[in-house]
Amino acid sequence: MVDFIFSICPPNVLCQILVGLSRTTILFIVTSGLSLILGVLRIPNVAHGSLYMIGAFMAFSVSKLFGGGATGFWLALLIAPLGVAILSLIIERGLFSHLYEREHLMLLLLTFSFALLFGDLVKMIWGGEYRTVPMPEAFKGPIPFKNFPIPIYNIFLLLIGPLVAIGLWFLTNKTKIGKISRAAAVDREMVGAVGINVSWVFAFVFVIGCFLAGLGGALIAPIVNVTLGMDHTLIIEAFLIVIIGGLGNVWGALMGALIFGLTQSLGILVWPQFGIVFPYAAVVIVLLFRPTGLLKSTW
Amino acid sequence: MVKESVLVKGIQGKAPWLVLLLFVFLLIFPLVLARFYVYLVALILVTGLLATSLNIVLGYGGIYQFHHAVFYGVGAYGAAVMITKLGVSPWLSFLAGPLLSAALSLVMGAICIRLSKLYFGMLQISLGSLVWVIVYRWYSFTGGDDGIHGVAMPALIATPRGAYYFTLLVAGICLLVMYRIVKSPFGSTLQGIRDNPIRSEAVGINVKLQQLIALVIAGFFAGVSGILFVVVDNSAFPDMLFWTLSLEILIMCLLGGWFTFLGPMLGAAIIVALRTFASTFTEYWTMIQGIILMLVIIFLPQGVLGYLIARFKRLGEAFLPGER
Repeated sequence: MVDFIFSICPPNVLCQILVGLSRTTILFIVTSGLSLILGVLRIPNVAHGSLYMIGAFMAFSVSKLFGGGATGFWLALLIAPLGVAILSLIIERGLFSHLYEREHLMLLLLTFSFALLFGDLVKMIWGGEYRTVPMPEAFKGPIPFKNFPIPIYNIFLLLIGPLVAIGLWFLTNKTKIGKISRAAAVDREMVGAVGINVSWVFAFVFVIGCFLAGLGGALIAPIVNVTLGMDHTLIIEAFLIVIIGGLGNVWGALMGALIFGLTQSLGILVWPQFGIVFPYAAVVIVLLFRPTGLLKSTW
Repeated sequence: MVKESVLVKGIQGKAPWLVLLLFVFLLIFPLVLARFYVYLVALILVTGLLATSLNIVLGYGGIYQFHHAVFYGVGAYGAAVMITKLGVSPWLSFLAGPLLSAALSLVMGAICIRLSKLYFGMLQISLGSLVWVIVYRWYSFTGGDDGIHGVAMPALIATPRGAYYFTLLVAGICLLVMYRIVKSPFGSTLQGIRDNPIRSEAVGINVKLQQLIALVIAGFFAGVSGILFVVVDNSAFPDMLFWTLSLEILIMCLLGGWFTFLGPMLGAAIIVALRTFASTFTEYWTMIQGIILMLVIIFLPQGVLGYLIARFKRLGEAFLPGER
């Protein structure tokens, strides 16, 4: 069976696809949070990339605090997103909740002001050096299978992605608060009129969305250099994914992340210098045919 | 209606004198002050022109042009590449740069204009990012992430002072032209579309076409500020097309007041000057900028100039010919 697959698709190509898919996982986790916020609160959250970066830096600190081993890694994965969630709760209650009535452009710029602020705060707290988060021994090296050169950690990421997707699906479709927030996305006045405190629903959605950004940051920390500026490229990618998926549609975010991640990893294989151009070109092509995204937007 | 007539008086009254006074100051100060200030003011003029061109579509057109810096960068790169790689005469390149920006603006606008508001803005960001990525990666042609440095200028504008006067001349002409455009029937149409697109459509205006024209005009002037940057700095680099710069010029428009003509120029002056002075004693300029932006959004959503107009009507009229 394996030999059959290899005969169609050489191991290195397959590997590249799998690595691309694991990167897709992180993009999906971060983007689904962005999409959730965009869909329900209608805020294009530019600070989302910064929260992702803070998540990665927090993961570094937590992991270092617990000695960098397996304990440190797992605790980082737990604590960093929670820290980001608490931070987001503070800014949501402190500022955003008072300004929801402003037009989109103002909200966008407000989140941008947080992106600027967080960027420098991270520089103040963690400095400008490259940081690395050690991964547990069990995740190091390639999988022990047929000299197939894919790292175990990437397989772990590939398992986390569907878990998050299922969790989100469960949250939005099966729980009461999820149903309320979906209703608030469609008609917030009506939800308010039936006696639900919409403001707290918004806070809940915002915090969940930012939690996902922090989770993405903590997950990517072991395989990249955690550094300043990792927010800038991520947020633009996340925006593009949200747009091709359809604003506010979490499944759209999944499709968008798949398109973006796969074209990127295959693009690098085909044409190393311009590999980074492929996902952007793919986004433009999708939008030329479906200007409002692949799936139905919640707007 | 009363307010309107007061404003008209304002135009005919003090405003031209104040503008003239400012112009005379801009004309003679390089003779007295140090080179550093000449460079700074030239940079303010370049950035202010860029912000003003954005405001044509943003403030007057109500179009969410989120990635305006692309046209700035493309204008700059257009000229810089032509001069360094293709050996075209600089003066010809200065003409070609803005035309390239306008052409790109036409293409991007034609694609994005089908959508409205936030969708427009986000599609524009994605198309702009594609342009950025290409510039960023195409080492052989655009110099990649290093950019292009040391672009040779004609002798006349090779000195800082020469570059400054050239910038002042071109920026002044562009501002006048843009002012005429904003005040023309076309400008009124644009503002009508901004305030009520459905009614504008109903009275027979081709909304999308008018908006597209506005986008091309704005793209052209952004290209002009791009080539002026090349004149002042003799370089072009990929950050000029990065999305953060686009949001920064949005901040300038907001800070100055985007329902006013000179607001963006004022906003650019404040931001560029503050950045230059703040970065001499702190490395956390971005944070200061973020805090300023936050305060403006919360307390001054109509911008500094807009606030002044509301607060001190007479002063506002003097600074601001014929705005609401």
